[in-house]
Amino acid sequence: MIRVTLPQHLRTLAHVGYEVQIEVEGVVTQRSVLDAIEARYPMLRGTIRDHVTQERRPFLRFFACEEDLSHESPDAPLPEAVISGKEPLMIIGAIAGG
Amino acid sequence: MTQVRVLVGTRKGAFILTSDGKREKWDVSGPHFAGWEMYHLKGSPVDPNRIYASQTSGWFGQIIQRSDDGGKTWHQPGTAPGEQTAQPGPPKGESNKFAYDAAAKPLTTHQWYDGTQHPWEFKRVWHVEPSLTEADTVYAGIEDAAIFRSTDGGENWKELPGLRGHGTGPKWQPGAGGMCLHTIILDPSNPQRMWIAISAAGAFRTDDGGASWKPINRGLRSQYIPDPNAEVGHCVHHIAMNPKRPGVLFMQKHWDVMRSDDAGDNWKEVSGNLPTDFGFVIDVHAHEPETIYVVPIKSDSEHYPLEGKLRVFRSRTGGNEWEALTKGLPQQDCYVNVLRDAMAVDSLDKCGIYFGTTGGQVYASADAGDSWNPIVRDLPAVLSVEVQTLG
Repeated sequence: MIRVTLPQHLRTLAHVGYEVQIEVEGVVTQRSVLDAIEARYPMLRGTIRDHVTQERRPFLRFFACEEDLSHESPDAPLPEAVISGKEPLMIIGAIAGG
Repeated sequence: MTQVRVLVGTRKGAFILTSDGKREKWDVSGPHFAGWEMYHLKGSPVDPNRIYASQTSGWFGQIIQRSDDGGKTWHQPGTAPGEQTAQPGPPKGESNKFAYDAAAKPLTTHQWYDGTQHPWEFKRVWHVEPSLTEADTVYAGIEDAAIFRSTDGGENWKELPGLRGHGTGPKWQPGAGGMCLHTIILDPSNPQRMWIAISAAGAFRTDDGGASWKPINRGLRSQYIPDPNAEVGHCVHHIAMNPKRPGVLFMQKHWDVMRSDDAGDNWKEVSGNLPTDFGFVIDVHAHEPETIYVVPIKSDSEHYPLEGKLRVFRSRTGGNEWEALTKGLPQQDCYVNVLRDAMAVDSLDKCGIYFGTTGGQVYASADAGDSWNPIVRDLPAVLSVEVQTLG
């Protein structure tokens, strides 16, 4: 089971708490985790990745195991600690005022 | 019993203000979608409990919300809260998707601020316009400028590409607020005809249900663009029309208040004795089609009222002769703005006029503008105001 933490506004949209747990089939990557999140919570489509380009939205970043994975390939395997469920993949909104 | 419902979009959420026909005591509900920019909310004339809302964020993009119970509860069309997508099955969660139509591919750029060409990029929905005849049909005005339509209650959106594809797109350019399609007017007498306006391109009309469009900017004169009389490139801020008199249009341009008596084919200036003819909002009395309202703003570099006095100006002659309406409005030290979609009228016998400010006030007049009272004083900056007259 993969653990994913979401920023407040996305938790409100999906009616979930701080952390969701999700089954991911095959290789666990940013893309496969986000595909699973969007399948389970379709109201989040377009909010983490652009609906058309499927690229990470500019003001969101991905962290895990104290590492910034935002600029890693979306098809790169996530750290073992995320795959084992020990650590969450953290989706974080940039601190940009407003 | 007659009821008035005012739908207010703000920088940090939506608010719904309700009152009876006297419009003296108001209930305030909200914030809905707290923390999000709510560019616009509008109810269906067919089913007033059906309300569409544009919810946007620089972080999370565009969300379309819909209420089927007059704003008590909301959902993203096609997606129930926490719903598990069945596999296999039709795609769900598409209500946030605004993909430009590839049919307009030759028109892939518009003019950027520096005059170079720039690709079209979806940013947000500025305006939602429910159909006059079908509750599930709704139009969306987009930044970067385009018009989309949904015929399934907002679950899926498709561009009407004839607008971007008609040929002048490379001459369109963003105004200070972005290159937004902010005004959509449907013709109650002719379902094939509608008008839209874009900053900064101008006004356009379709006579065939959105398949093809033509610029309708003859008579507009804008000193701040290279060719003041250009076919496109004008910064139209808003257009209003009394639905009982289709084809007579009133426009607040960047500078200048204009009117057209031939569905936009020709425009003439009616700024008359206004102390400044810069502004954003314009609207028409529900029962007196020659009575129009504007809120003059000092200038395009000073987005606040002249002399710190918030004044609505009313013309009972379709323009040119204007009177200041000040009773109940602050007449000193007022430096708020009134944005383009932030004025609306109800259709009660004694027409109510409403507008919201960037200072968070929503003012109402139950006597066609003679006197004003704030319904609320301290909301986040108001982006849009719409009114539903119920019962």
